[in-house]
Amino acid sequence: MRRVAGLFEGAGAAAINVAREAGGMVMLLGSVLRALVPPSMDGRELVRNLHKMGNRSVPIVALTAFFAGALMTIQSAPFVQRLGATSLAGWAAGYAVLREIGPILIALMFSGRVGANNTAELGTMTVTEQLDGLRALAIDPVRYLIVPRVVAMIVMLVALTAIGDLVALLGGAALGKAALGIEWTTMYHSFADNLGPQDFLQGIWKSLAFGGAIAITSCHFGTTVRGGAVGVGRAVNAQVVASAVSIMLLDFFLTYMNI
Amino acid sequence: MTAPAPVVRLADVHKRFGRRVVLDGVTLEVAAGSRLGLIGPAASGKTVLTKLCCGLERADTGAVAIEGTDITRASETALLPVRARIGMLFQNYALFDFMTVGENVAFPLARQGVAPEEIAPRVADRLRAVGLAGSEDKLPSELSGGMKKRVGIARATIARPDLVIYDEPTAGLDPVTTSKIYDLLAADQQAIGGTVIAISSDVAGLCQFVDEIAFLYRGKIHYRGPARTIADAPDPIVRQFVRGDTEGPLET
Repeated sequence: MRRVAGLFEGAGAAAINVAREAGGMVMLLGSVLRALVPPSMDGRELVRNLHKMGNRSVPIVALTAFFAGALMTIQSAPFVQRLGATSLAGWAAGYAVLREIGPILIALMFSGRVGANNTAELGTMTVTEQLDGLRALAIDPVRYLIVPRVVAMIVMLVALTAIGDLVALLGGAALGKAALGIEWTTMYHSFADNLGPQDFLQGIWKSLAFGGAIAITSCHFGTTVRGGAVGVGRAVNAQVVASAVSIMLLDFFLTYMNI
Repeated sequence: MTAPAPVVRLADVHKRFGRRVVLDGVTLEVAAGSRLGLIGPAASGKTVLTKLCCGLERADTGAVAIEGTDITRASETALLPVRARIGMLFQNYALFDFMTVGENVAFPLARQGVAPEEIAPRVADRLRAVGLAGSEDKLPSELSGGMKKRVGIARATIARPDLVIYDEPTAGLDPVTTSKIYDLLAADQQAIGGTVIAISSDVAGLCQFVDEIAFLYRGKIHYRGPARTIADAPDPIVRQFVRGDTEGPLET
């Protein structure tokens, strides 16, 4: 009996915890939106974050995207070759990359690299009272620290997804040529004839939503850290999990609604 | 003629974190231009009390007013002008580690829109006053604990606030630097004419600087009296705390 009660107690506590975190994220989103009307943010902070979050992520995103595109070709090309439809090899790889694999993989990479870093940085600032220091100096931390990060993350994830899409298509074409003997021109025409702007745009819309989700979760867990270095570690862990879950949920709903 | 309104006024303030009661009905007034020292055992709520004064913590019940403005339930936006008149030195320095020392000290002025050509000499002057002349380009990570504390003091006072709160201003400093810092704080207060609340574990040093001492114990202001006679206070708990006796009625 006690074990059953404990089970319910544990489930209830977990549900309350999830609701508290979700509520905190909604509140933070509200504060960010309020701070954006009218748009006012520290320009230096925005530029600093754009550089830190975007430029330095390009190599790892390009590497991931290149191999993701190559993998899609490895998976799809043997089938299209067996069916004698080599001209569709690019379409098969490109469709999956632009609409699903590209945005999701890049968002997960971004969450692991930039989101986790953001949570750790804000978490350290929280436990060393730097956020209180800002507030004590009559500076709104949401306006000064959070809004530039949220904007930078969304802008840079969209840009990285666009870059990643191109690199992934290049990776798919390179692998097609090197391993399967599919000509560059065949792959190019396969992409150009079968993929439309809507395929590219669906991935971009998704990256916009993923960027927002990563930004809000990473800032929320960073600014609500309790308990010193251990707390920062816990917050980073929670951010990575919450971002991954929100990316998958958003992807499902956005795909389901065909946005 | 009526007496001026106190700069800080806390009325029956209660604050708890979870099940732990930190403040249990604190009532405290700090007169304009005075220097109040706040002492008490570790984790007695001294820092929480000072954070209530600038709205960094919220009272569960009771009222907090700064210069006549009730900030008990004030929104973050409503708190901004109140906080702009307060300078605070944090126990853990709270220096912005993504800024240089110069940028940290200049930050309150820059946010108030002071002209850049006026900021640089004021920063240099303030850093010279705390014994850190020429440190503008260093990062906080390059400084020792005592140096960070002095940068924190420079940042807290550069905008000449009406109320300055020092949380452990001399912790981690050697005796000579401690004396220099207290001299500096006293000179600052005389020059600016503001009100000071200072928390310190160094009761002897603190008593040289402040006019009055308030002893926070078990969530209440247990005792308040002149700083110069605190060692001979009539309350045995205060006497034991100030003298550092291990035997006595004080429960820690």
